[in-house]
Amino acid sequence: MYALNYVKAKSLREATAFIARNPEAKLLAGGMTLIPTLKQRLARPTHVVDIANLPELRGIAAKGGKLVIGAGTRHHEVATSAAVRKAIPALSGLAAEIGDPQVRNRGTIGGSLANNDPAADYPAAVLGLAATVVTTQRSIAADDFFQGLFATALEEGEVIVRVEFPLPKRAAYSKFHHPASGYAMAGVFIAQTAGGVRVAVTGAGPGVFRWTAAEAALAKSFSSAALEGLPLDASGLNNDIHADREYRANLVRVMAKRALAKLSGRK
Amino acid sequence: MAKVTIKVNGKNYTKAVEDRMLLVDLLRDELKLTGTHVGCDTSQCGCCTVHIDGRAVKSCSMLAAQANGASIVTIEGMAKKGKLHPIQRAFSECHGLQCGFCTPGMIMATAGLLKDNPNPTDEQIYKGLEGNLCRCTGYINIVKAVKMSAKLLRGKKH
Repeated sequence: MYALNYVKAKSLREATAFIARNPEAKLLAGGMTLIPTLKQRLARPTHVVDIANLPELRGIAAKGGKLVIGAGTRHHEVATSAAVRKAIPALSGLAAEIGDPQVRNRGTIGGSLANNDPAADYPAAVLGLAATVVTTQRSIAADDFFQGLFATALEEGEVIVRVEFPLPKRAAYSKFHHPASGYAMAGVFIAQTAGGVRVAVTGAGPGVFRWTAAEAALAKSFSSAALEGLPLDASGLNNDIHADREYRANLVRVMAKRALAKLSGRK
Repeated sequence: MAKVTIKVNGKNYTKAVEDRMLLVDLLRDELKLTGTHVGCDTSQCGCCTVHIDGRAVKSCSMLAAQANGASIVTIEGMAKKGKLHPIQRAFSECHGLQCGFCTPGMIMATAGLLKDNPNPTDEQIYKGLEGNLCRCTGYINIVKAVKMSAKLLRGKKH
């Protein structure tokens, strides 16, 4: 790791003021991506600004037909929260499958979204549930937030404060784990929302995306059979040592069916 | 330099460390608690697992400065008054180790798992130890040791 300065922010305002003055500073929450990145010398920030325990970023609340999760909330907390389990059980199940227990004890939802790893789990839930990412500056709809490989709508100095999930009628997530890393080789989040059926896919492409053909098919018939023979263009999918793009395309279809299977039998 | 005040295995320490120092290096190099191992140094193997404020974490994946104010338990804090912790006893009796390098991390991860789930199934044990690797591949006896640990710990409460 290159030399850097550690700064513990006492408030969100202090953190944003600091990064405005120090453009080469990086925010540090759980650090489950940033610290390994620093260790590999793939980043060289002048400062890391620790926002992990800021009270403004913590907490889980169900109110007004929405589930609101503070950006600094750790995966373990989301996985075990009674409020999350009651409001959106698919979301607590998703959080319980991120990485490994040690990672879940540190990593945060805001960190995962700001990083937007193409194989991360949370982006699938946020896009699939049409959630809103609330930052220090504005509210960003999930459809606008994710912009491809490690890219988001966040501007320099803009910090995620919380995520607001509208409650779906029902939702499920199914993921094919990479056996070593636990990351999604393909993960599919399906939700019946007030705005219709949404199908969000992570792990398979360069960033989370909506499988619109599946959304249209499931809107007509909410069943596994509706996915048979549906077009899923593999040409833009990830092709690497772990899986070629055609295999990933197949995984997407299988994970979508498994997500639907989780829903059958549930009201 | 960052000033770090931490409690480790019940003892208070205040150290001035380089801002970039990892927690595992503080434990090993400064406090000489070398039971916490560095295996992969890339957050995968879990040999460096310690408990911070009651939760298992990988001490190679956080800065010492991030632990300021925390209460930490390392493998050295498990045995009490020369008596092995029940999890240590179970790993010993089940021979839940081959070379032993991953064992401190396995034991700390097991303690974390059993805290959340005192009576795990085999499947839950596999999931609960997902963050720990044994490169001798001695997993069968490790799983046995976790089951015995669970029994010993449950017995203790009754």
